[in-house]
Amino acid sequence: MTAPAGQRVYRVHWVPGTDVLRGTCHCGAERLADEPVALWEWLLGHPRGHATATVPASGPPARLAVPA
Amino acid sequence: MEFARDQWYVAAHGGEVGRDLLARTVLGEPLVLYRTGAGEAVALADRCVHRRFPLSQSRLDGDTIVCGYHGFTYDPTGSCVFVPGQQRIPRTARVAAYPVVEQDSFVWVWIGDRGRADPATIPRAPWLADPRYAVVRGMAPLDARYGLLVDNLMDLSHETYLHGGYIGTPEVADTPITTEVDEERGVVHVSRHMDDAECPPFYARSTGIQGRITRWQDIEYHPPCLYLLHSRIAPQGVYPPVQGEDSDAFHAEIVYAITPSTAHTTYDFWAVARDFAVDDESVSAYLHQSNHTVVMQDVAALNTLERVIAAEPERYQELSINIDTGGLAARRLLARLVGSGTVGAPR
Repeated sequence: MTAPAGQRVYRVHWVPGTDVLRGTCHCGAERLADEPVALWEWLLGHPRGHATATVPASGPPARLAVPA
Repeated sequence: MEFARDQWYVAAHGGEVGRDLLARTVLGEPLVLYRTGAGEAVALADRCVHRRFPLSQSRLDGDTIVCGYHGFTYDPTGSCVFVPGQQRIPRTARVAAYPVVEQDSFVWVWIGDRGRADPATIPRAPWLADPRYAVVRGMAPLDARYGLLVDNLMDLSHETYLHGGYIGTPEVADTPITTEVDEERGVVHVSRHMDDAECPPFYARSTGIQGRITRWQDIEYHPPCLYLLHSRIAPQGVYPPVQGEDSDAFHAEIVYAITPSTAHTTYDFWAVARDFAVDDESVSAYLHQSNHTVVMQDVAALNTLERVIAAEPERYQELSINIDTGGLAARRLLARLVGSGTVGAPR
């Protein structure tokens, strides 16, 4: 993928082998979700709720872990 | 749906604009396009200031347009230089001239406050004017709102179902995507990398690859108008080298310009640029025919959707799933350009 050059980049990775989406804010906060609408709302709500929203780095659960 | 004004839009392929008058309606504004004797593309309001007769149904006299109704004559700046039967030309006798930039084989026009028109903000599609690439192109009018075409192009999983036998294979819908939104640049990226995929006829016949492929689709959407699909095709297991040219792969740069015409109609400008078989006319003819077919499959589906939406009750609640992540991001950036801003909102 052509690398975006901006400072404020939101990323959503569809975790391979699962139905889970992993959202990463430009501030580093991460969240797992099982559908994109609520995940975008959370990402774009930065910084609301981002300070405490991180997920373990050691791989996601098989299914949704954090309700939107 | 509402329009994003104060933006550049593609009004024509460069080859469509010549010494004949071309009518296009962009964001509800009727335009007439032509090329001066010196080769400059011109876009004027397509209504004579006198009695509204379409200038596109008039005639060129040198670089001026002579209205086909009463002869009011306009120069390329939109100024009236002749009125019939009198010497005095009223001060208000002029039509709007739109800022025009011809770049990468597209004729871009600025719709909105012309004082804000900055050509440097026009997104690029350099392959379309690069002699190292062979390009086929076309334009299909849609009887559907532009947002439906944005949705369509941002979620390529539909290739599997709507374009099977051309560009769709099972792996497209089955492969997870990565989505990135660059807030500062206002660009959405959607990436789908298929490591081991069936080769669809579109690429099997044009590249000559036999067997399975590694197929990458990397989308860049520059709202509101320009959509780029970087398509990389290689024999299965062949990846770009760490350094140097990716010469063992075939690259197609698939470009769409999504130009709203009216609230319920859209111009679907398309082009396919390739870096392989660039001198092979039979490949050009095949890709032109194939992509035209694919575009017309989309046109039929989106025209149907427009009729469905027109007939449905207010506030229909659609459902979004993982494959829609990029489309939702595109909608939000569009909504921001229009002036509102919610994700996943009804149209």
